[in-house]
Amino acid sequence: MAKEMMKGNTAIAEAAIRAGLDAYFGYPITPQTELLEWMSVRMPELGRAFVQAESELGAINMVYGAACTGKRVMTSSSSPGISLMMEGLSYIAGTEVPMVLVNVMRGGPGLGNIAPAQADYNQIVHGGGHGDMHPIVLAPASVQEAIDLTVLAFDLAEKYRAIVVVLIDGSLGQMMEPGELPPMAPLKTAIPDWAVRGGDDGKRRTLSSIYLNPPDEEVTNLRLERRWQEVQANEVRYKEYYLEDARYVVTGFGSAGRIALSAVRAARAEGIPVGLLRPISLNPFPRQVIADLSERVEGFLVTEMNAGQMLDDVMAAVAGRKPVEFYGRMGGVVPFPDEILGEIKRMVNGQVPMSGHPRDRWLERMPRAN
Amino acid sequence: MDTAQHELEQVVYQRPESLMEVDTHYCPGCTHGVAHRLVAEVLDEMQVRQRTIGVASVGCSVFAYNYFNTDFVQAPHGRAPAMATGIKRCLPDRIVFTYQGDGDMASIGMGEVVAAAARGENITVVFINNANYGMTGGQMAPTTLPGQKTTSSPNGRDVETQGFPMQAAELLATLEGTSYSVRRSLHDPKNVRMAKKALRTAFEVQARGMGFSIVELLSVCPTNWGMTPLQSLKWLEEAMIPFYPIGDYKVNPALAGLRF
Repeated sequence: MAKEMMKGNTAIAEAAIRAGLDAYFGYPITPQTELLEWMSVRMPELGRAFVQAESELGAINMVYGAACTGKRVMTSSSSPGISLMMEGLSYIAGTEVPMVLVNVMRGGPGLGNIAPAQADYNQIVHGGGHGDMHPIVLAPASVQEAIDLTVLAFDLAEKYRAIVVVLIDGSLGQMMEPGELPPMAPLKTAIPDWAVRGGDDGKRRTLSSIYLNPPDEEVTNLRLERRWQEVQANEVRYKEYYLEDARYVVTGFGSAGRIALSAVRAARAEGIPVGLLRPISLNPFPRQVIADLSERVEGFLVTEMNAGQMLDDVMAAVAGRKPVEFYGRMGGVVPFPDEILGEIKRMVNGQVPMSGHPRDRWLERMPRAN
Repeated sequence: MDTAQHELEQVVYQRPESLMEVDTHYCPGCTHGVAHRLVAEVLDEMQVRQRTIGVASVGCSVFAYNYFNTDFVQAPHGRAPAMATGIKRCLPDRIVFTYQGDGDMASIGMGEVVAAAARGENITVVFINNANYGMTGGQMAPTTLPGQKTTSSPNGRDVETQGFPMQAAELLATLEGTSYSVRRSLHDPKNVRMAKKALRTAFEVQARGMGFSIVELLSVCPTNWGMTPLQSLKWLEEAMIPFYPIGDYKVNPALAGLRF
């Protein structure tokens, strides 16, 4: 299929449809609304289920019900709406039914604004609701990658009976660039054995997240943890740029990673031996790759559109072997490549202390409001 | 026994096939058991047991999925109508019902049930109103009567500070998407029979694709009301019914003439 100009949000919607999406439930919120709007036209046109829910609470619980039938289901939202979905996500994780969630992040906390941000990293990667649970989190950095990872998300969700989150920021949701959509896949006809269907095959099935007897809950927790070990072993995804001979590593995900690539290219043009590691699966996190890099490079610069949330995971992987610096913009402010280039030069030319915390040093460099 | 006598024997009462052969956790005198049985009898009579998916809620009926012999899921607190929507939209030829208490449906889940009714979602809601939060030990519910003492309104519900009770059947009847909204009571045999007929009608509404149906069932909670089962039935009749009149608040005219 030929490439066409597409907005991130609509590209994800159409990719999901072509991946065999049976049902979509959502609620309007900027900057993700085009995704819902696309679904409102395409899903009924194809005879598939679409409901604009009364709230994100409604949407995620419609997804929960639909997921219990074994169908391919998804919802999408943006930061404040995702907060409302936390309850449902936890139940879905506890019931072990597959679903795909798209989070088009915006500035926060609170109502914040509608500009691009990456400040839901901790909420999604280290959270996703109460209880021990692990959503798989995929972070594309282009419209094409968003298409490809959306298709992958459904397969991973069903393979591991898990929640898969496609995590992007508002800029990727809103921007247009060329992308190639996959061909239309047929709808899934096989019903998973665990799915409720009304007992038409003579079997009775129940699905819930309740295990009133603590040892039963612990057995479930252990099963989920062991399944997560499997995910960690098989589903780590990342992209390396100029790392072969790099002495310094920049790392960032999604749009921040993409902006950092421009900075790294500019640095290379000036002869600075720097490379980029762009984690694609934020959960499972490419911990070992970073640990291995920390054995052979001289320092890391983590760049994010938040106050250093992935930074904590990078620092845990580096484990004090090498200095780590951080540069972030927040609140819907997107960094320019030049800012990151400046940070690269500062790291390469100066002495980065091993003591203190990179977040404190970054805050020291950031302007103070008067 | 001889053959002649055997032929005279007739089963007049047995466990509906749609109920599991298990003991329930409900307290002595609680009317959840009656409500469960009525729903199960209706599913049996309509011969839909093997195409029914129930949605349990949070509250005393959280374990409903252990008692109904049908497929079942268990929803977060108040979200059963949303979950039922997701199921019904994916499997439109199945019978989908929620079974919710008053705290679940009329407090934390009021948004979900109103939206489902307004959409005319083709599901059936069995709503148990026992004027308090049973599972957590008898706190004030949206349905607690003015002056009624509960563990969180120990001096009696003061409407000046704690507001007025919610009349769900009347409220949901105002919505265009609702085809059937009625209130019945489980306090005596006559009313139990009326409740059964209403439940049958509600499920027939769904089977005919006529949209949202709800049956509010006035129920007792002797444990948390601090009464004997008999006292509680009397209290329901004398204190609850005046505030929650038994009646048909919305009946789709298309139901006229249907006999089952």
